[in-house]
Amino acid sequence: MQDKGKPTLIQGNIACGYGALAAGCSFFAGYPITPSTEIAEFMARELPKRGGKFIQMEDEMGSLAAVIGASIAGAKAMTATSGPGFSLMQEHLGFAYMTETPVVVVNVMRGGPSTGLPTMTSQSDTLQAGFGPHGDYCAVVFAPSSVQEVFEYTVKAFNAAEFLQTPVVLLMDETLAHMRERFVHPPADSIEVINRKEPEMPFAWFKRFEMTPDCISNFSAFGDGYRYHITGLTHDQMGFPTAVSREVTDGLEKLRDKILNHKERFTYYEKFMTDDANWLIVAFGTAARSAKQAVIEARRHRMKVGLLQLCTIWPFPDELIAELSRNIEGIVVAEMNMGQLIREVKRACPRKLPILGANRYDGVLITPDEIIHSLKVVHGNKER
Amino acid sequence: MGPKSPVYEYLRYKKKFPTVWCPGCGIGTVMGAIIRAVMSLGYEKNDVVMVSGIGCSSRMPVYVDFNTLHTTHGRAIAFATGIKLVKPHLKVIVVTGDGDGLAIGGNHFIHAARRNIDLTHILINNSIYGMTGGQYSPTTPVGAFAYTAPYGNIEPDFDVVKLGIAAGASFVARTTVYHVVQMGKIIEKALKHKGYSLVDVISQCPVLYGRLNKMKSPVEMLRWQKEHTVDVRVTAKRSPEELKGKYIVGIFKDEPDMPEYVTEYQKLIDSLKEGATKR
Ligand SMILES: Cc1ncc(C[n+]2csc(CCOP(=O)(O)OP(=O)(O)O)c2C)c(N)n1
Ligand code: SF4
Ligand SMILES: [Mg+2]
Repeated sequence: MQDKGKPTLIQGNIACGYGALAAGCSFFAGYPITPSTEIAEFMARELPKRGGKFIQMEDEMGSLAAVIGASIAGAKAMTATSGPGFSLMQEHLGFAYMTETPVVVVNVMRGGPSTGLPTMTSQSDTLQAGFGPHGDYCAVVFAPSSVQEVFEYTVKAFNAAEFLQTPVVLLMDETLAHMRERFVHPPADSIEVINRKEPEMPFAWFKRFEMTPDCISNFSAFGDGYRYHITGLTHDQMGFPTAVSREVTDGLEKLRDKILNHKERFTYYEKFMTDDANWLIVAFGTAARSAKQAVIEARRHRMKVGLLQLCTIWPFPDELIAELSRNIEGIVVAEMNMGQLIREVKRACPRKLPILGANRYDGVLITPDEIIHSLKVVHGNKER
Repeated sequence: MGPKSPVYEYLRYKKKFPTVWCPGCGIGTVMGAIIRAVMSLGYEKNDVVMVSGIGCSSRMPVYVDFNTLHTTHGRAIAFATGIKLVKPHLKVIVVTGDGDGLAIGGNHFIHAARRNIDLTHILINNSIYGMTGGQYSPTTPVGAFAYTAPYGNIEPDFDVVKLGIAAGASFVARTTVYHVVQMGKIIEKALKHKGYSLVDVISQCPVLYGRLNKMKSPVEMLRWQKEHTVDVRVTAKRSPEELKGKYIVGIFKDEPDMPEYVTEYQKLIDSLKEGATKR
C-alpha cells in the first residue's frame, strides 16, 4: 500500500487505482487493453487483499455489465478501457444511465478510429464520451491532467456517480496514464467520500425511481429487503415498463435534470492567469500542461494570455466560457484531435470572437510552441 | 390455479398482469415451474434474484416478486456475474431466450459455464426469435422456416446440452414445456446445485415458429414435444434410427464437487488474509 503522506513516483494508471480504493471501490471487471491495462492489473492485485473482487471478463460488454450488476448488489464498482473497448461499452453506458446505476468507467484515450495508435496519446474520444450511447443521454465526464489529479478525480468520479446515481466517465490520455510523476497519497480522513442515498421508509412505500424535488431517488441494493424491478425500457417510478406519454417524458427529463440540477457542484476547472488576460487558451488533460507552458512563454513576450483548464468536460460548462470570454479578444482551443471541444467552445461563447484550434493527432503530445503558433494566428487575425 | 394458489404469493399479479405473452406460448409455463421450484425449496423472496436479457422469454422478471433485473440483449449472464460475486448468498436465476443466450450472448454463456459460477441458467428454447417477429436462431433446425429463412434454414443448429457440457457447466439438463412435472423437478435440482446449472427448456412459439412450420395450434406443438423427445435414461436401448430427429431430455451432467468460481475467489481472499496475519 501507498505510504500516506510520503511523496512517490507513480504512473497515472496506478494513481487511478489508488483513487478508486480511497473512494471505496470494491469491485472491478475489465478486459485488457493498452494503455489502460495497468489499472486492471493493480485492481487484480489489491482488491482481494481488501475483501473486494476482481474479474477479467470475456469482453467489454461483459465487463461493464458485471460492473453494473455489482453496483446493483451494492458495491462501488469500476471498469477501465480504451477506444475500441469504450466503443463496445456504449450500450451499457446507456443502460446504467437509464437504470440510474452508479458506475465509474475509465477511458484512457489512444489514437483512433478503430485500432488506431494503440500505444500513443490522443484526446479523440472527447465527443464520444459526451454522446456515445444511443438516445438522449446526459453525460458526466471528468478529465484530470496530472498524476495527483488522476487520484483526486477518480475519487470525484465515484462521488459524482454515487450522488447522481449515473455512470461517470474518467477521461485520461495515454501520456497521463503512463507518465510517472510525483504523487502524495492524502490521509484517508482528508478525502471526501460520498455514498448513494438509501431508503428509510417501509418496503410498501418504497419507489426506487421516485420523483423527488432534486430528482435523486433512494437506492436500495438487491438483497437488502426492498424488492423492485429494473429495466432499460422506459419505466415508471416503481421501475415497471411504461409507454404512457407523461411517464416517458417525466422519466427522461428526470434523468437529465438530476444532472443539470447539480451541474455547478460537479463543474471542476482551474484558471491560470486569466484575471488580466486578453487571450484565452481552453484545454484539458495533458494538453492543458502544454497550454500552461505556452501561457508562461507568451507572457514573456508580453502577450496577456490565460488558461482555462477544464476538469469537467460534460456537461459542458457553458456558463464558464461565457463568463471568461467577457474581456477576451480571441480563444485558442488546444486538443489532441481534429477539433472536438472547439465546437462546444464556439457554441458556448456568446460573443463573436476569433476561436482557433491548436490540434495534433499523430499520437504525440501537443507542444507549447504549437499552441503559441495558434495564438499568434488568432492575434494576427485580430490585428488585421 | 385459483387466486388462492400459493403461486400468487410470488407474482406481481395486482400490478403487471396480463402478461405480454401470446395465448398458448410456453414461457408462462416455465415461469410457473420456476416459482414452484423456489417455493418448494423455501427460498425467501428477498434472497432470489432473476436476471434476463431481451426477448419474449426475458420479459419474465417483470411478473415475479423477486429482485428483478431486465438487462440488454445477450448480456444477462454478465450482469448476474457481478451480482453473484458481490452478494454470494443470493440465489441468482438467469432467464434467456435461444437467440439471447446462444447468439449475441453465446460468449458470456460459455465463459460463465467455464468459470462454473453458481448461477441457474434457464434457457427458453423456442427455436426462433420471438420478440423481433420470427427470424431463425442458433437452435432453428435445418430445413425449418423463419422470416429470414424463407426457403428453409441451411445453418446447422447448436446442441445446447453438448455445448454446456463442453464449456464446463457442472449441471446440464434438458426438458420441455410438455414435460411440466419433470421440468419442475429439474429446475429445483438446478437451483439447489452449487455451480453453473444450465436447463435447456424446449418451448413453443405457436404464433411464429408454429405458424411458419405447419403446426397451427399450441396443442399440436406440445404433442410434437411429446413425440420428439426421448428420456436420457432409455437412449441406450434405442437404435440410431429411433433417435434420429429426437431431443433427448433429462439430466446429462450433475457434478456438485466441481470447483465453483465464487467459492474459489473467497478462498483466495481468505488465503491473502491469512498471509497478512502471518507476516
Ligand atoms: C443489441 C441488440 N440487438 C438486437 C436486438 C433486437 N432483439 C430483441 S429480442 C431479439 C431476439 C429474441 O430472440 P430470443 O432470444 O430467442 O428470445 P424470444 O423472443 O424468442 O424469447 C432481438 C434480435 C436488441 N434488442 N439488442
Ligand atoms: S411471439 Fe412466440 S415466444 Fe413470443 S410471446 Fe408470442 S408465442 Fe411466445
Ligand atoms: Mg427464442
